Amino acid sequence: MSDLPITAAAIAAGVRDGSVKAVDVIEAHLARITEREGDVHAFNLVLADEARAAAVAVDAAVAAGNDPGPLAGVPVALKDNMCTRGVPTTCSSKILAGWKPPYDATVVSKLAAAGAITVGKTNLDEFAMGSSTENSAFGPTRNPLDLSRVPGGSSGGSAAAVAAGFSAVSIGSDTGGSIRQPAALCGVVGVKPTYGYVSRYGLIAFASSLDQIGPFATTVHDAALMLDVIGGHDPMDSTSIPAEQPSLVASLDRGVEGLRVGRITDLPHGADPDVLERLEAAFDALRAAGAIIVDVQVPAFANALTAYYLIAPAEASSNLARFDGVRFGMRVDAADTNAMYSATRAAGFGAEVKRRIMLGTYALSAGYYDAYYGRALKVRRLIHDEFARAYQQAEVLLTPTSPTVAFPFGAKGDNPLAMYLCDLYTIPTNLAGHPGMSVPFGTGADGLPVGIQVLAGTLDEPTMFRVGAALERAAAHEGSAR
Amino acid sequence: MSDRITTADVVKVATLARLDLTPDEIERLTVELDGMLEHFADMDALDLTHVRPMTQPYPLRNVFRPDVVQPGLDRDEVLAAAPVAEDGRFRVPPIIGLDS
Repeated sequence: MSDLPITAAAIAAGVRDGSVKAVDVIEAHLARITEREGDVHAFNLVLADEARAAAVAVDAAVAAGNDPGPLAGVPVALKDNMCTRGVPTTCSSKILAGWKPPYDATVVSKLAAAGAITVGKTNLDEFAMGSSTENSAFGPTRNPLDLSRVPGGSSGGSAAAVAAGFSAVSIGSDTGGSIRQPAALCGVVGVKPTYGYVSRYGLIAFASSLDQIGPFATTVHDAALMLDVIGGHDPMDSTSIPAEQPSLVASLDRGVEGLRVGRITDLPHGADPDVLERLEAAFDALRAAGAIIVDVQVPAFANALTAYYLIAPAEASSNLARFDGVRFGMRVDAADTNAMYSATRAAGFGAEVKRRIMLGTYALSAGYYDAYYGRALKVRRLIHDEFARAYQQAEVLLTPTSPTVAFPFGAKGDNPLAMYLCDLYTIPTNLAGHPGMSVPFGTGADGLPVGIQVLAGTLDEPTMFRVGAALERAAAHEGSAR
Repeated sequence: MSDRITTADVVKVATLARLDLTPDEIERLTVELDGMLEHFADMDALDLTHVRPMTQPYPLRNVFRPDVVQPGLDRDEVLAAAPVAEDGRFRVPPIIGLDS
């Protein structure tokens, strides 16, 4: 089994033409899970029997002359905040213990229809609130590249699953960096598409105006293949964009000749020197490939963290009101409903979730709304408009994805603000609604991977992927030249 | 510590948020929320007088579709996922009359 293909594109091609058996692909991935999952803890739930049965069905379809689809036999892992009908979905929270959703998320249906095979539900910071996966009620995920370090978060399990070879690709959600930052820390590709590019139906909401679903993959090509499958308008999500989405796979080989790549000259300080060194190398690589580097300014970038940590908790405090012990998961009994709600939520939510609900409720409460939530919405407009202007000067912008490489467990201590700063460079994109992706680009301190973030304007995923592919080629060339 | 937020504020917000917090949690959250609000003061330097608030990244319009009956969620499956259900409904404790 050692010569089985690794990438989703190669697996699907082999399974579709009958040269590779989906059952062999699944067995190889399940074997790696058996071997290392005890150390990594990428999953809340491994679906071994279900994956084997699905693989048999895919092989049978091919044998019968049918095409299972563009992801035929591809093992995929799902962040455990995506609803899967009849399969436990926890958000890594005690409050959803035992809950089995009565429907599938749109991404789950689309992946299955494309022939992908779900191998498990991955661990996350509770309700996707965190940047290290240390906030999970079921224990942390460890970085497969160095088990003493975090995988990033909140989609840490999905990033680790791909980095460890437990699945060829995976699905995460990104509200302030929760796909891109763990992708950077685990050395894989991670994409947050334009807000509305992928249907959020069946994604358990954290902050509805910021949340977006996207893929993790080992290659830019695989990430494009995934987005081509999961993207598109969905009548079940009124915020999904009813626009034609050109194939991203088709955009990959176009190169970056003549493309303007923006350097944000007033980028907030905070990145480590090893990370900034890789950013410079990325600019050099794109310049060598024919791109033009231009300077742009985004002054309100510096205020994004504040706007985000008022808007996201405000929306979360409203979204998480539905977890009240009535319809889902656990209940703590009490004499009346109000006491039951308060007791259930106190017992079911972890410390970080409570902190954000409190912050959000405060920011929305009478007397503070204008000073906090109202002002944050205006800062959001500034950020959006400044980015829109920047994209008139440059098709894409380059920043570090994360200020640091993967950090050790407990490194951020008890200071919530220290953890929030992990998303310094990823947050503005969610506020503006633009797409962003993280591409591995060499290594920094302790030989750990550094991710470079490529940002583009609304629905300009094709250009973003062209640049991502160019960085990937340059990194491979640099690696082989060493 | 500043006086941005007091323990009494935190108790009031916890009631609004339906969170039964312990005295320890209230004390810790008072300090943490105060620290965050202090950090968020960077917004104060911005002139936002003529800036329109932005609630959504994508301009939303009402979405209409033909009024056709479509299958909804399966009632038994939905109720099976509830903590307590009875006679085809969610069962809850008394709603009024006990806490006033």
